[in-house]
Amino acid sequence: MAAAEKPPVSGTGSVALDGALTWVDQRFPLISTWKAHLAEYYAPKNFNFWYYFGGLAMLVLGIQIVTGIFLTMNYKPDANLAFASVEYIMREVPGGWFIRYMHSTGASAFFICVYLHMFRALLYGSHRKPRELVWIFGVLIYLLLMGEAFFGYLLPWGQMSYWGAQVIINLFSAIPFIGPDLSLWIRGDYVIADATLNRFFALHVIALPLVLLGLVMAHLLALHEVGSNNPDGIEISKRKDAKGVPLDGIPFHPYYTVKDIMGVVVFLIVFAIIVFFAPEMGGYFLEANNFVPANPLQTPAHIAPVWYFTPYYSILRGVPPLFNSQFPGVVAMGVSVMVLFVLPWLDRSPVKSIRYRGPYFKIALSAFVVVFLVLGYLGTEPITVWGQFGAWLGNADRATVVARICTVIYFLFFILMPWYTSIDKNKPEPERVTH
Amino acid sequence: MKNLIATMLLPAMALIASPAALFVSPAAMASEGGVRLDMAPIKPTDVVSLQSGARTFANYCLNCHSASLMRWNRLMELGLNEAQISDNLIFTGAKVGDLMDVAINKKDARKWFGAVPPDLSVIARARGADWLYSYLRGFYRDPARPTGWNNTVYENVGMPNPMWQLQGERVRVEQAAKGAEGKESKEGHGAAAKLVRYEMVRPGSLTPVQYDETVADLVNFLVYMGEPAATTRKQIGIFVLLFLLALWPLVYLLKREFWKDVH
Repeated sequence: MAAAEKPPVSGTGSVALDGALTWVDQRFPLISTWKAHLAEYYAPKNFNFWYYFGGLAMLVLGIQIVTGIFLTMNYKPDANLAFASVEYIMREVPGGWFIRYMHSTGASAFFICVYLHMFRALLYGSHRKPRELVWIFGVLIYLLLMGEAFFGYLLPWGQMSYWGAQVIINLFSAIPFIGPDLSLWIRGDYVIADATLNRFFALHVIALPLVLLGLVMAHLLALHEVGSNNPDGIEISKRKDAKGVPLDGIPFHPYYTVKDIMGVVVFLIVFAIIVFFAPEMGGYFLEANNFVPANPLQTPAHIAPVWYFTPYYSILRGVPPLFNSQFPGVVAMGVSVMVLFVLPWLDRSPVKSIRYRGPYFKIALSAFVVVFLVLGYLGTEPITVWGQFGAWLGNADRATVVARICTVIYFLFFILMPWYTSIDKNKPEPERVTH
Repeated sequence: MKNLIATMLLPAMALIASPAALFVSPAAMASEGGVRLDMAPIKPTDVVSLQSGARTFANYCLNCHSASLMRWNRLMELGLNEAQISDNLIFTGAKVGDLMDVAINKKDARKWFGAVPPDLSVIARARGADWLYSYLRGFYRDPARPTGWNNTVYENVGMPNPMWQLQGERVRVEQAAKGAEGKESKEGHGAAAKLVRYEMVRPGSLTPVQYDETVADLVNFLVYMGEPAATTRKQIGIFVLLFLLALWPLVYLLKREFWKDVH
């Protein structure tokens, strides 16, 4: 038996603990797992600010699961009881308001961390070979997170929950031929109703979190197989010492565990400021209209999704209908997310990090960030927010015109990427990482 | 470090230079043609104001509107005891442990007002304090309406003025604005240049200043009821932040100690 040949665990400073760990290690890959993923996982020593957000996203995932469990203990997934049960949590469950605000703030915090984490990948080329699968698992996590947020948002059963879900599910009706049946199948009823609420609850509290956890595991396993990228975009595994340790690598534990704790405390300070002093975040995290119970007979004047969906909502709204069908917009919205999957193969640059890339990529990435933010802002507002152009432009809504321009730039960033990354004037990469 | 700043500034600078900024005009910012709201002078920690608001609420609102997510004995947070609550605020057979329900029949309500009066438990979170403060001071007499009342903030609302005996009765007076007549050529017609004011035709038992105070107290109470834990939340938040701020130097020093040998 191989297990018996393992050396006994030592060095904890306690004979009893050494013994206990030895007993476990002979029956479970305790020490080898610890070493492979923490104590002897060598991460580049030059991680910067942008490298906090992966760990923080995991922290928020933990917050969401724990607070979610406690919310589930008091929430009632019933169209007649849901709204009141959320307020019951806010008023009568001891500490309920704290749990609920952690969960509602956590939803937005999750997306903030994930967006910054993905932006980091774009900056330093973390999606490039050999990390394509890390990236693909990441995009799957992002997709699932969107589903999780969408299903969860229906649960408070307020006006925005109801009508937001109505708008999104109606998108499926726009699909030719199968659309109407498909949306009926999703809703489980002809309108959003109790059946919809029940299934969304099931998907939100068990189905998606289960898959999400599995994907996070796959994301990390794939990462630890190929090693972390770094702000210089060069492989530290190319230069190793006699023992096979990368010269520019440091053990993840304790170096990055203590560093990440520092980041966690800063994150918690910001998180606590929102949870305790501005849980509604000016209507961006908790919308005012969602304090009105869902009313199927009264459509709100302005329906906007929560901020983390608004860039895609703008794309959807901006694409003009074809033959009276919203289908082109739905396709554009779908493609705008799905295109992320092929990103590793669109990028033809010989260098990974923005530090050594030429001006074309820098311009393209800056433009992409700007249009993403502009689309995000416009998605929170009615299309009349900037008024109309004069008659010379057919009195078009300014916001719609801007959203269309931004949508085109959004797609050009991806479509032209093979071209502008291959002709860019890159700088030489260093041999070793720099600080 | 330099690189970090550069990468962070890059998108920011591009954003400033973005042509999108050109499309934001001041005219477009005055949104949605809504009325201008007065700022509600509320003090969430003023217990006297909250008690006064609770009294107004129980007397004037709680006959048609429910607050069915709020329990009577929660008002003990405002410094009242159970006897005070049941003797002074509860006019029905409800017990102090009950929710603030009302007996109004939904069918009747629809017949009388054209709509069922909404539950007010979280109305302040849906509408905002300023809207409520302006709305409750915005009633005026309008013979064209079934109830005889209209509102400056919520046009053609089904709700009559419940506090007319306090506020008095106002009417809307329209007159052509004097200054506007001369420069009508600019806009083509001066038809829109009307001056609207509200004239008190029958004073109420309160002066306008007293009435504003009464409404402010009532709105203060509605805001409290929208989230009774809000004050506790902020108090706890201060301690949480103090703890985290005290913790940060420690974790920073810990990191520095561990990273001493990384060059």
